[in-house]
Amino acid sequence: MSRYDRQIKLTEVGLEGQQKLRNAKVLLVGVGGLGCPAAMYLVGAGVGKIGLMDHDKVDMSNLHRQVLFQESDVGRSKATVALERLEKQNSEVEYEVYEEPLTIENAENIINQYDVVLDGTDNFETKYLINDSCILTDKPWVFASIYKNEGQLSVFNFKNGPTYRCVFPKSTRQNISCEATGVLGVLPGILGTLQAAEVLKIILGAGEVLSGKLKLINMMQASEQTININKRPEEVEKIRKNGIAPVYIDCDLKNKEQWYLDVREVFEQPKPKGKKVLSIPMGDLTLRYQEIPNNQEVFVFCQSGKRSKNAIEILKNEFGFHNLKNVEGGIETIIDG
Amino acid sequence: MKVTVKYFGLVAEAAAKSEEVMELDETLTASELKVQCLIGLAIADKDSVQIAVNQNLDETITINDGDEVALLPPFAGG
Repeated sequence: MSRYDRQIKLTEVGLEGQQKLRNAKVLLVGVGGLGCPAAMYLVGAGVGKIGLMDHDKVDMSNLHRQVLFQESDVGRSKATVALERLEKQNSEVEYEVYEEPLTIENAENIINQYDVVLDGTDNFETKYLINDSCILTDKPWVFASIYKNEGQLSVFNFKNGPTYRCVFPKSTRQNISCEATGVLGVLPGILGTLQAAEVLKIILGAGEVLSGKLKLINMMQASEQTININKRPEEVEKIRKNGIAPVYIDCDLKNKEQWYLDVREVFEQPKPKGKKVLSIPMGDLTLRYQEIPNNQEVFVFCQSGKRSKNAIEILKNEFGFHNLKNVEGGIETIIDG
Repeated sequence: MKVTVKYFGLVAEAAAKSEEVMELDETLTASELKVQCLIGLAIADKDSVQIAVNQNLDETITINDGDEVALLPPFAGG
């Protein structure tokens, strides 16, 4: 036990607390800016089992904040690379890797196998999905989100406490990621570390858990504020009664007469409505290219304009499409409103 | 009466300020004050923005002189 000696010395931990950590199972949904530092501290503390869930691959632009990854990992599965790194840090921990997104189909089943969920996601759809699944499985979850230099942190559904829907009953399609806005690596580092601290307190039954409170952190201004939040029992009851309420964030496109091709994965938000919007994820292009009109102009888009550019190259070189135009700034530039 | 309004995230950006002191000449609920503060700001889905009065999240509170309110949009990044 010498590995954990420095924390066992604390009255809040002790041998009994260390055993609690060893018996605990924590699921990390998203192993990115928040999930990486959180995972390292939870693994360091000797949490018994860690679930690493991420469907994404390491990109060079992740390395400034996603501290588990190295240059040689670019292009590899985040969940798998995280597993390899964390196993070296602590081989006593049991790991489970999920190279898939959390979905309505798998959420309850997977979350049920854990004691606490740590939210390292970057979209509203998955945050509501975690929230609803945790209500249904009666598990606490530790939430954090970032916008530029600001962060929000809370613990939801802890001992029947308020949930994410009690703070934000209504979602927004302004799903703005760190990719879009920019972020300094330290901010998710701070928030992810605070999330790990909340997880440890929940497991140990020690201190004051950030339940019923929303912490707001502004890294640039070095300021912090805590807002008291109340439970909205009707929001929680609705989920208990009707099950998961999927948040599909839809939107209208400016030009409804124009053909569009959406090459993002099916779970990416917001989803444009309209008869002339085709949704074919990158990986399916070679199977489904025949669905794309080739006799009129089609605008191709993704989240940022990068993948759609590659998609056009593939469709042009392999299937002879000459009617495709890239939406340079991504979906946000073609949304109406 | 005077109230201090603090803006966060996208709302602060749309308002081009993080804080202001507002002079109110009528009695408003938190919900009404929120609508007033968000008028003219380029924000989608204004319903998603929450308002806290003196660090308590509650739209039904009546605003009093000297109150500090915070306008909180949801964040998604991670």
